[in-house]
Amino acid sequence: MRHGKARFITSFLFLPVLLYVFYVLWPYAQDIGYSLTNWGGYSDTQEFVGLDNYVRLVKDELIRKAFWHSVFFLVTVPVFTIALALLFAFLLNVGGRGSRAGVRGVWGSNVYKVIFFFPQVLSLVLVAIMWQAIYRGDSQGLLNGILMKIGLVDADKPLQFVADPTPFLGVPTVLWFLLLIAVWGGTGFYMVLFSAAMQSIPKDIFEAATLDGASRISAFFRITLPLLRDSVSVAWVYLGFIALDMYALVYVMTPSQGGPDHASEVFASVINFTAFNKGQFGYACAMAVALGIFTLLLAAVQLRVTRRERIEY
Amino acid sequence: MSQLPDSTSDLSRRNLLRGTAAAGLLATPAVGLLSACAGSSTGDDKADTGAKTSDNPLGVADSGQVEVVVFNGGLGDAYAKFDVTVFNKKHANVKVNLSSTQKIKTEQQPKFSTTPADLINNAGADIMALDTLVNEGALTELTPLLDAPSWDDPNQKVRDTLLPGTVNDGTFDGKVFVLNYAYTVFGMWYNQALFDKNGWTMPTTFDEFFALAPKIKAAGTAPFAFAGKYPYYMRWAIMSWIWKSGGKQAVVDIDNLKPGCWKTPEVMAALEATEKIVKDGYTLAGSATLTHTESQQAWLDGKAAILPCGTWLENEMRQTIPSGFQMKLANFWDVSANDKAKGAVYAGSGENWIVPKKAANAAGGMEFLRAMFSVEGAGKFAELTSSLSSRAGSGDKVTNSTALVSAGEVMKKATGDLVSFKHPDWYADVDKAEQNAIGELMAGRMTAAKFADTLQAATDKVAGDSSIKKFTRDA
Repeated sequence: MRHGKARFITSFLFLPVLLYVFYVLWPYAQDIGYSLTNWGGYSDTQEFVGLDNYVRLVKDELIRKAFWHSVFFLVTVPVFTIALALLFAFLLNVGGRGSRAGVRGVWGSNVYKVIFFFPQVLSLVLVAIMWQAIYRGDSQGLLNGILMKIGLVDADKPLQFVADPTPFLGVPTVLWFLLLIAVWGGTGFYMVLFSAAMQSIPKDIFEAATLDGASRISAFFRITLPLLRDSVSVAWVYLGFIALDMYALVYVMTPSQGGPDHASEVFASVINFTAFNKGQFGYACAMAVALGIFTLLLAAVQLRVTRRERIEY
Repeated sequence: MSQLPDSTSDLSRRNLLRGTAAAGLLATPAVGLLSACAGSSTGDDKADTGAKTSDNPLGVADSGQVEVVVFNGGLGDAYAKFDVTVFNKKHANVKVNLSSTQKIKTEQQPKFSTTPADLINNAGADIMALDTLVNEGALTELTPLLDAPSWDDPNQKVRDTLLPGTVNDGTFDGKVFVLNYAYTVFGMWYNQALFDKNGWTMPTTFDEFFALAPKIKAAGTAPFAFAGKYPYYMRWAIMSWIWKSGGKQAVVDIDNLKPGCWKTPEVMAALEATEKIVKDGYTLAGSATLTHTESQQAWLDGKAAILPCGTWLENEMRQTIPSGFQMKLANFWDVSANDKAKGAVYAGSGENWIVPKKAANAAGGMEFLRAMFSVEGAGKFAELTSSLSSRAGSGDKVTNSTALVSAGEVMKKATGDLVSFKHPDWYADVDKAEQNAIGELMAGRMTAAKFADTLQAATDKVAGDSSIKKFTRDA
């Protein structure tokens, strides 16, 4: 590389890198620093306590509960979202009748695309307001109202949705209903992502398979899915991050932010409570560091597992 | 009493900014969110002070500015804007920078250790925990303000113009760090018109309630609604019942984390009475899941007869009160004939105002507070909000509100000390455990006995944790 070119590139990168270091990397470093102190958050004094916060973290029952709830989302959010998104993308692109002019999507696929993508356009605030009305726990709730009208729900015992801590399949019911919102909100985006990837697969591959007598199901599993591996893998990592968070939904939708009775606590809600309600910023920073490490590990494992040779076409 | 709710919307009070930020930025950057609040600079640039005179007892400089932050919630911010004009009558050369927000903690906490505002209305759902602020030594003591002459009468101290309980509510370990501006009376709300139409009388005891409840239910109305999503609404009622049943000492013991404080027969009587409302099916179906505004609207719509809340209710629901609705307040019911503090009323000051330790113009912040406690400022507050100010006599000129008038009558009939409890402000862990347990109790998933066990365990755990600073009260 010529000397002048290096200087040219450096001069362009200097400002972004500086901003990145100052606003992203430096807070990370500060966070790790504070996690070794007993800082309360409102003063400029703190004592160094070494790894005490981390020792405490391991013994903390609440964070353990939150951890398992996060693991639940970590498994279910990507699985359901990707499965649904793949199904929709397949139907919209190659699921239609292949009788006349080759491969195409189901009838009206453009309309469906817009409908499925729609939740992605809404802000989280709107999503939460809407679902609050849908899940409302008395006769004025959308679902409860309808179910009472058709006699499926007793008017004296309306469904409680996100205020219901009783276990369903071993997991608090409230988590399942939060999951539904997350999947509903996420599917459209990944459907579009997968659609784009599917459109880049040459149609003649599908046509050849159809000529050879492959059914749509085997075409999906033998052709589409293997060729989408890269997109699915990326989606998996992104959805993993989102699943580890879930904070906004928990915070807005559940009773006493993480309730009822801790039934929907996730990492971020415990961090928020510890930092801002209990005034233990040092300990909360330690939780945040633990979450950060966990996330990085997860991404590394995920990328490693799905690494394969790329198919060029 | 620091948990006066705002009314605007559930979502703004739930502080979505932070929520969406956390959701949008993947998980890892959340690490950065917390420490971005970190501060290390000292920021000791104090403003000049002026000479202390009888008209300027706090020695506010005759120039410069005062930064005031008001919480724009259920009470609005119009009264604070009016107070700026009151303040400027005595300090024409001082500029007041008044800003209003609903995100008090989100906006103020990051600045607190460096360049905070001079006076902050720490209220709403997004409040900074007072126990933490006090423990961290982050607040200016307000005793000089209390001992200063009042705005209107140089011969009367500010302290002597306040309603009972106001100073006590802001006292932490003998020092006053907080002044609450609104004065709230809590109790059971009902629609006089609905009761008249059906020939019902508002119960004054649990026995009367349990006699009336089947009749209300037979008329197709739920006897009792409450805000289940925010269990601290029911805490106001439950703590009042404990106070009535066991007397003041029962609540003082709970605040002081005394061993066995939740297991006494008097406390159990109050808890069992509460449990019976749920067990006998007298709550509005689904009430355990409703927000405060949802439950209040259901009550306004006539789906429920009685609702526990505080005197901000009328202002909060003003837009949707049906015509002909006669909103009235009654005291919380007495628990039994054996009550030790029969007729006690839960009332007190709420809506925290604080002056940060690091405020550049602390004297100016206190002076603004002094102006707010003027006759003119407090009167305007009552007029604008239909709520009493903690300045005595603020509501004297307001007569067009059945709610405010009935609240005045409840206060007149009050016997003994006012109900007050401190532990939610003092110990975040007890607060959380209590709210969770109340949620379970009111949803019918927890018995009164289990409730007492749970709270006793939470109380004992905090009492035994040497890392948590303890407070005590005897009055």
